[in-house]
Amino acid sequence: MREFWDSTIGKKVFVAVGGTILVAYLILHMAGNLWSLAGPGTVEPHIDEYASWLRNFGEPLVPYEGTLWVVRAILLAALVVHLVGVIQLRARNRKARPPEYPARRIGRSWESRLMMVSGVVILVFLVVHILQFSTLTIDVTPLVEGAIYANLYWAFQEWYVVLFYLAAVFLVGTHLRHAIWSVFQTLGVDSPERNGQIKAGASLLTVVIVAGFAAVPILFFTGALGVPIDNEPTAAVLAGGGGR
Amino acid sequence: MRFNLEIWRQFDRESNGHFESFTVDGIDPESSFLEMLDQLNAQLGREKQRMVAFDSDCREGICGTCSLVIDGYPQGPRQVTACQIYMREFTDGATIKVEPYRNSAFPVMRDLITDRSALDRVIQAGGYISTKTGPQPDPNSMPVSPETQKEAFDAAICIGCGACVAACPNGSAMLFTGAKVKHLNLLPQGQPERTTRVIGMVEQMDAEGFGGCTNYGECSRVCPQEISLDVIGMLNREYRKARKDEQPAHRAKMTAQ
Ligand code: HEM
Ligand code: FES
Repeated sequence: MREFWDSTIGKKVFVAVGGTILVAYLILHMAGNLWSLAGPGTVEPHIDEYASWLRNFGEPLVPYEGTLWVVRAILLAALVVHLVGVIQLRARNRKARPPEYPARRIGRSWESRLMMVSGVVILVFLVVHILQFSTLTIDVTPLVEGAIYANLYWAFQEWYVVLFYLAAVFLVGTHLRHAIWSVFQTLGVDSPERNGQIKAGASLLTVVIVAGFAAVPILFFTGALGVPIDNEPTAAVLAGGGGR
Repeated sequence: MRFNLEIWRQFDRESNGHFESFTVDGIDPESSFLEMLDQLNAQLGREKQRMVAFDSDCREGICGTCSLVIDGYPQGPRQVTACQIYMREFTDGATIKVEPYRNSAFPVMRDLITDRSALDRVIQAGGYISTKTGPQPDPNSMPVSPETQKEAFDAAICIGCGACVAACPNGSAMLFTGAKVKHLNLLPQGQPERTTRVIGMVEQMDAEGFGGCTNYGECSRVCPQEISLDVIGMLNREYRKARKDEQPAHRAKMTAQ
């Protein structure tokens, strides 16, 4: 295992496996987000029900939020492996090709050239995103714990929040278009015969993921999704109270 | 025809290099790129100046010795070896930039000549293939289907020129190594050493300071032998399997509970 990790090929396999776990999560996360398209509901928004279902998942066999934390741990591990692998490979590549003589671009795609840039933006976005909607630390619009639909609704009334999310999702898309195809090549499970399908499939999956993520801020901003039942953020929230 | 040349000059491995400008005139459009450089050298010889050092051998595109980067394209812009480039492909009066390969595993020895012995060491690290000596074997004792034969041959035609490394933004030699691994690992003759071959070659490739693949695909785009990118897929697969199937030198002794 040690030798495998130390070789360029083995390390890249770890990067690919870590990346695949992250992609799998992105698909689930995107699909989960689509619950918000069900609107504010009559009693409780569907997205809020979905969120509490996630937290109760497996109860009473596993403790409250247990499954959620297991998934979070796996994702964090995958991300760390991905990042460490990428950074070490990158250092090797820079040593192998002196940066003062860059290789002429002959045919590589712009998505592949942007991998490091899109990766760093994803990382920054990830931090901001968690600080905003999970820990509610970045509280530009009043946020209430557990009131997912209302939080999304009010956040995505601000044009700059919408723009920020759309830009981030676009860059995730550029990362994914090269990445998803790459996984097949890195794991050696592609072939000249299947290459066309794999490339098309990678592009299609990318479009689906990007469209799914982008739909949420766009539909909130354009008013296609209704105002939360409570209508206005409660007075307590406006006073900076937070919590329920 | 007349050309302005920007040529990389570097006296030896240790010294720093720089571009130097030359003008050549009266070049026959039918002369090859290397013949044009020969003419430049003849001119420099007459002027008692140091000639431009560059590699070549067969000059018919089969040996892989020539190794120029012409206007940023390893082996020139037409996906053939540099010796197969002709001056009629350039416009009269053009300025042409000629550089050596640029990656750490191929140090510049002089001007346009690089030391590509790292590739030889990768092949050496692959080791031998087992074969029987004695009377000539029965022709059909080791059947190879035409499909396998063609596929192995498509990889075996790699001439080891190193253009793939020169084209790669990461200075990776994975197209080369992939081609070498594929051609033997597909054929029955290559089976006994299948695991050790790929492990040895990949370890050597890393030890020589080549970079890793980020799936840009530039290597395959410049390869004069049109080696397909799937050799890298196969290299990845073979290496992964080899590490999994690797036999420990000695199995542990088993004891009772
Ligand atoms: C949502 C998060 C992410 C997902 C889903 C993801 C997914 C992937 C996948 C599947 C690959 C392909 C692996 C391969 O080449 O076979 C990849 C490659 C890459 N990722 Fe990520 N990644 C994510 C975050 C990041 C971050 C935060 C960074 C860097 C700061 C990053 C940098 C890279 C780079 C540079 C590559 C190219 C590696 C190479 O070609 O050698 N990624 N990513
Ligand atoms: S000199 Fe032999 S391939 Fe160019």
